[in-house]
Amino acid sequence: DMDMETDQIYQIDVGNLLAFNPNHRFSSAPSSREELVKECVTEGTKLVQAIADTLFNLPSTETNDGPLVQLPPPTTKLPREKHLPRPKPPTKWEEFALKKGIQKRKKDKIVYDETTDKFKRRHGYDRVNDDNDIPIIEAKASDEPGEDPFAKRLDDKKKRVGKQEKNRLENLKTAAKAGALPSHVQLAVTGLPISGTKTQPKKIGKEALGDVAGLAATSTASGGKFDKKLPGEKPPKKQGKHHKYLPVVPRYGWVDEEKEQTNKVLGKLLSKHSHEILNVGKAINMYNDKKEKKKSGRSDKLKAKKDITKKKPYANKAN
Amino acid sequence: MGQVAGKSSVMMEIRTPKTHKAKRVLEKRAPKLVENGKKTLILHGTKTSATVSSVLMELYRLKKGGAIKYSRRNENIRPFESGGETSLEFFSLKTDCSIFVYGSHSKKRPDNLVLGRMYDHHVYDLIEVGIENFKSLLSFSYDKKIAPHEGSKPFICFTGEGFENVQELKQLKEVLTDLFRGEVVENLNLTGLDRAYICTAVSPAKVFLTHCAIKLKKSGTIVPRIELVEVGPSMDLVIRRNRFPNEGLRKEAMKSSKDKPKKKVKNVDQDDVLGKLGRVYIPEQEVGKIPLPDKSKGVKRERREGKVKKNKEEGSASKKLKESE
Repeated sequence: DMDMETDQIYQIDVGNLLAFNPNHRFSSAPSSREELVKECVTEGTKLVQAIADTLFNLPSTETNDGPLVQLPPPTTKLPREKHLPRPKPPTKWEEFALKKGIQKRKKDKIVYDETTDKFKRRHGYDRVNDDNDIPIIEAKASDEPGEDPFAKRLDDKKKRVGKQEKNRLENLKTAAKAGALPSHVQLAVTGLPISGTKTQPKKIGKEALGDVAGLAATSTASGGKFDKKLPGEKPPKKQGKHHKYLPVVPRYGWVDEEKEQTNKVLGKLLSKHSHEILNVGKAINMYNDKKEKKKSGRSDKLKAKKDITKKKPYANKAN
Repeated sequence: MGQVAGKSSVMMEIRTPKTHKAKRVLEKRAPKLVENGKKTLILHGTKTSATVSSVLMELYRLKKGGAIKYSRRNENIRPFESGGETSLEFFSLKTDCSIFVYGSHSKKRPDNLVLGRMYDHHVYDLIEVGIENFKSLLSFSYDKKIAPHEGSKPFICFTGEGFENVQELKQLKEVLTDLFRGEVVENLNLTGLDRAYICTAVSPAKVFLTHCAIKLKKSGTIVPRIELVEVGPSMDLVIRRNRFPNEGLRKEAMKSSKDKPKKKVKNVDQDDVLGKLGRVYIPEQEVGKIPLPDKSKGVKRERREGKVKKNKEEGSASKKLKESE
């Protein structure tokens, strides 16, 4: 009785510690779960043994933690998680340099300064050719009288820096277009341009935007109550007076807040330092004023100004 | 960085990280030639059963260090629906995870697990499996000495012809390899090999997955005898739905920088005796038509060399003076 010998070659990928046996099939339905599990583990053991056979025969170096082997690169192809890095397009200067054949020259950190006969650093504190150190600028024939040459120098520098920033942004934009923006840079659009002007629109803050939205809402007939809210828009903050009404009947087991409130006020008034809180003279005056207003039945403002020249008949003196 | 109005007069701002740490994080997450190991995002949907929650928890434990587990319910994630992946893609972008495991439970799909991968933080492929006969790792009893250490590189074994013949199982094999393999390492410490994942295709639609610890036994040779002990978890995975990757996307994702065939260098031969041989072609000389040399004074070699020397001297003047001091 000749048994067909199944191809015993496993597909082994040592770099991934992966093994695949494509030739196994369950000859008969396993009788129980334990049988199935046992067979799977047995087959698995064979595969791990096959990988170990190759692995332990690799040249190893002895280290403190144990034998170290150098794994071959994995052979199974798996998809990448991100795209391949795209080549950066050359910047305007790089293109120009290439065309003209300009080579990069390494600059020294320390440069000889002729004015002071010393070696100074190129950038930073106490540097060569610092703008602030120039004591005298000689006037040229082409100079206008009344023009400050120092201010002009500063102005020129600002312009140069601005131009450089603009060029840098343009270079980054072309890189972004090619999908090759450097990983630590992000280009963000901050505002829409106002047509016809070069002014930069001011950034509106979060609170200001919310206020404006609130104002717009109240201009509707129902005061903005039924307006559909955009996702993320918070409900309007309570408008009008803010009252906190304490519960009339205190909750069972809870402190009577109203009682607490009045006790607190009383305590403060009857305390040793009440004269600091309560201005007694002012309080008396206010009380008297109120009493008089109540008597007259009219508010002060609406009351006609008393004409002292007219004498009032003493009609009610008897009362 | 300040705001600058570009040529198109749209206000653009160059944003660079303000701290070194932020810069390092961005550089780590940038697309590279040789990539970092894929991180796994584990989350669950609107409803989960006890089985699914334990599967997710144990998977997280197995992949500790290379996985992030979200504990909240995610009701708006539906991987197989066209709009339901936006949240997943956002999370993938924020956590820099390229594999996700989404568990859920419903009457129609009980104990459901969706394994998916991302390419450039967009869904690349999905495979949905149902969990059956789940045995938690807590239910296995074994000698604690052989318990696998956290983060050790596992052996991964696949058995069964189904993994080659059935397309869905082929995809599952690839996804499980990606999920379990962790970082690709060059140097491996042989004493640190202590775990193995065994996947067996029981039928064309069912896979038995288990996790075992490795016992190395002495054998006569350098290669020890392997013994596997089940430590759990173990479960049956039943294939439900799946989505294969888009063919064009697959080609792009499988590209690697070494794929370009080496350009055959012309006119170079390898000889066994003489080594590397080159061939040089000299065009035919037409003596009558050769241009006469330029003998003008400025072009003469001595003059050119002298000029180059002078420039060099000027360039390293500071260095020389420094030395003289």
